[in-house]
Amino acid sequence: MSYLDHFLFGIYPYIALAIFFFGSLARFEREQYSWKTDSSQLLHTGALRTGNILFHVGILGLFFGHFVGLLTPVAVWDALGVSHGFKQMVAVVMGGIFGTSALIGMLILLARRFGNERIRAVTKPADKLVSLWILVTLLLGLSTIFLSVQHTDGHLMVVLMTWAQHIVTFQGGTGELMAEVPWLFKAHLFMGMTLFVIFPFTRLVHVWSGFASVTYLSRAWQLVRPRNAALRYGHSQRALAKKAAAAPAGAQVKGRPAAPQASYRK
Amino acid sequence: MRIRAQVAMVLNLDKCIGCHTCSVTCKNVWTSRDGVEYAWFNNVETKPGIGYPKEWENQKKWNGGWVRGADGRLEPKQGGKLKILANLFANPNLPQIDDYYEPFTYDYEHLQKAPLSQTPPTARPVSVITGKKMDKIEWGPNWEDDLGGEFASRSRDALFEGVQKEMYSTFESTFMMYLPRLCEHCLNPACVASCPSGSIYKRDDDGIVLVDQDKCRGWRMCVSGCPYKKIYFNWQSGKAEKCLFCYPRIEAGQPTVCSETCVGRIRYLGVMLYDADRIEAAASVASEKDLYQSQLDVFLDPHDPAVIAEARAQGIPDSWLDAAVKSPVYKMACEWKVAFPLHPEYRTLPMVWYIPPLSPIQGAAEAGHMGMTGMIPDVKSLRIPVRYLANLLTAGDEAPVVSALERMLAMRAYKRAEVVHGKEDSAVLAQVGLNAATIEDMYQTMAIANYEDRFVIPSSHKEMVEDSFNDKASCGFTFGNGCSGGTSDGSLFGKKPQGSVIFVDMPKSRKAKAEL
Repeated sequence: MSYLDHFLFGIYPYIALAIFFFGSLARFEREQYSWKTDSSQLLHTGALRTGNILFHVGILGLFFGHFVGLLTPVAVWDALGVSHGFKQMVAVVMGGIFGTSALIGMLILLARRFGNERIRAVTKPADKLVSLWILVTLLLGLSTIFLSVQHTDGHLMVVLMTWAQHIVTFQGGTGELMAEVPWLFKAHLFMGMTLFVIFPFTRLVHVWSGFASVTYLSRAWQLVRPRNAALRYGHSQRALAKKAAAAPAGAQVKGRPAAPQASYRK
Repeated sequence: MRIRAQVAMVLNLDKCIGCHTCSVTCKNVWTSRDGVEYAWFNNVETKPGIGYPKEWENQKKWNGGWVRGADGRLEPKQGGKLKILANLFANPNLPQIDDYYEPFTYDYEHLQKAPLSQTPPTARPVSVITGKKMDKIEWGPNWEDDLGGEFASRSRDALFEGVQKEMYSTFESTFMMYLPRLCEHCLNPACVASCPSGSIYKRDDDGIVLVDQDKCRGWRMCVSGCPYKKIYFNWQSGKAEKCLFCYPRIEAGQPTVCSETCVGRIRYLGVMLYDADRIEAAASVASEKDLYQSQLDVFLDPHDPAVIAEARAQGIPDSWLDAAVKSPVYKMACEWKVAFPLHPEYRTLPMVWYIPPLSPIQGAAEAGHMGMTGMIPDVKSLRIPVRYLANLLTAGDEAPVVSALERMLAMRAYKRAEVVHGKEDSAVLAQVGLNAATIEDMYQTMAIANYEDRFVIPSSHKEMVEDSFNDKASCGFTFGNGCSGGTSDGSLFGKKPQGSVIFVDMPKSRKAKAEL
């Protein structure tokens, strides 16, 4: 059992994170045409609005909740005077709210996906895998609430925080830390880590783009791309014309594509 | 002044015969692929009608295009940037596939394989999406062809705004026209503005609006942003696709496929020079009826030496400046003022313009009571209500449309007098404010419409912009992913890897020895 703990919670997290980061990078670099949200709204909207908003609000809340809750050093909470018991209560309540939202959303989305003939027809095996994986992870995560409320001192939570922080700071002995953690948490952790493994191979990559789309807020309304390589380096058109006039016929200005030139700003 | 050039299009609706050759050739070239069976980058609608997709002109329903706020600033009608991001999870303005039509084919195989039966076998329709047999085809890309369907349905046409449409419900007083539509390659495109990933852009050198297939993430806000509904969601690839103005042909100085194959010779392509600094102000004028004029003011006179000098200084090639002088689009839009933008009230400053159609004179004229305005028939006696055309082309302002129709009638009257009666009818010229040389040019361009008069397209100067050495042995036009063809079924990332499809036969000298 200790070997399994060592592998699953000491080594597997690094395998998962490596696949997550390098897989995403490789796909972005090599297969960008396949990088998409894979929306099915055109074929049938149905309950998409209710289901998708509930699901995404829930899962984003869970993501940031886990991120802040697990990775903020225990010392910071202590310095702020937040007791472990109180922090665990907040985690349970917030996790319960966002988790339930995500669960209801996911169930609505699954009903829509498999209840509609057209969407069922275009559903790929990877879509089914992702949906079911998230569903099981969610259910396991929500079930841990029943364990947590039986131990309100926050000890278990601190163990899990320490584990997560040891992982990201490359400290050893992480597998052993998990020895005392109940199997329900371990199952949830395994499913969660594996979600990072399947991430680069599925439509989940749209999460990166979703976060990146905040750059839209500061963008100009209009985008104009010059075909001229020199313009991409910011030379003025006037300077370019002069250069073209001076250069012998056939001279080229080399350059690689850069950000599109902005036209008028908002 | 920031001068840009664009290859723009004019369609002479007076000559459109509704043959759909443009749509079919376009489909064969660009949308005969999985996921875009339902998409027609070019389609021809019969008006009055609700069109394709259904009621696309009803922006109260679809919220496409721009709106001018109280502060005079423009914002996409579907919402500002925050609202667009908030709607990424479920776009409330996205048309459903049934608003276009469910793509279908027929079970032709059954005709050959059916067992002996009492009745002849039929090829039943099959849905391309589900693969299931369809009981009934409910709608198609051209369901209302030649006024198909009942008046109650087609009179939902938004162009009836301000027209007493009941008058046109009877067979005797009905009217119709054809409207071929494609992407407008706007100066102020709402699709570009709506794209959160910045994948849609306007090309600086020829004004063509394109979707970067690699950068598109399928957020589908462009589909709802475009008021013309000319961006399509490929439900297989999950990417937005649109008319690309046949840019590989335009770059080579050739007309688009729809223009090249137009049987009625109604399409014109030519260079327009415009001042990019004036776009925002022109699209933001307060009154919708001023938008036609404000767009005209964005265009620059290619004959003006100051414009030519500045354009040259800004790096626009001489071949483009020469083409701008000869541009049939400039003549029809700016000099003769017979062509108009499609729905200027959407504030997108579209660059595919239309010459309104003449129509038969109403019954009264046949009985000898034809209303005349001076030397030409009164345009009010034409079958198609002027207000209907004005709603299509000038945001409801009838005066410019009346003037264009009168000029076209005057051209006919003048040429009839010249050819049939052998005399010059100067009275008719004076009435519409044209001289004989202009009428002759209009006649050559619009009536005779020779190939070289219709298409004045300078080839792009690739030697100035591309390193062609690096392009050697590349695969040319692909959908994303360079040479991999963009699909990869069954590879690491889900699909089969596939290079560009090249059929290589054995050389003749080796064929006999090959084991086949």
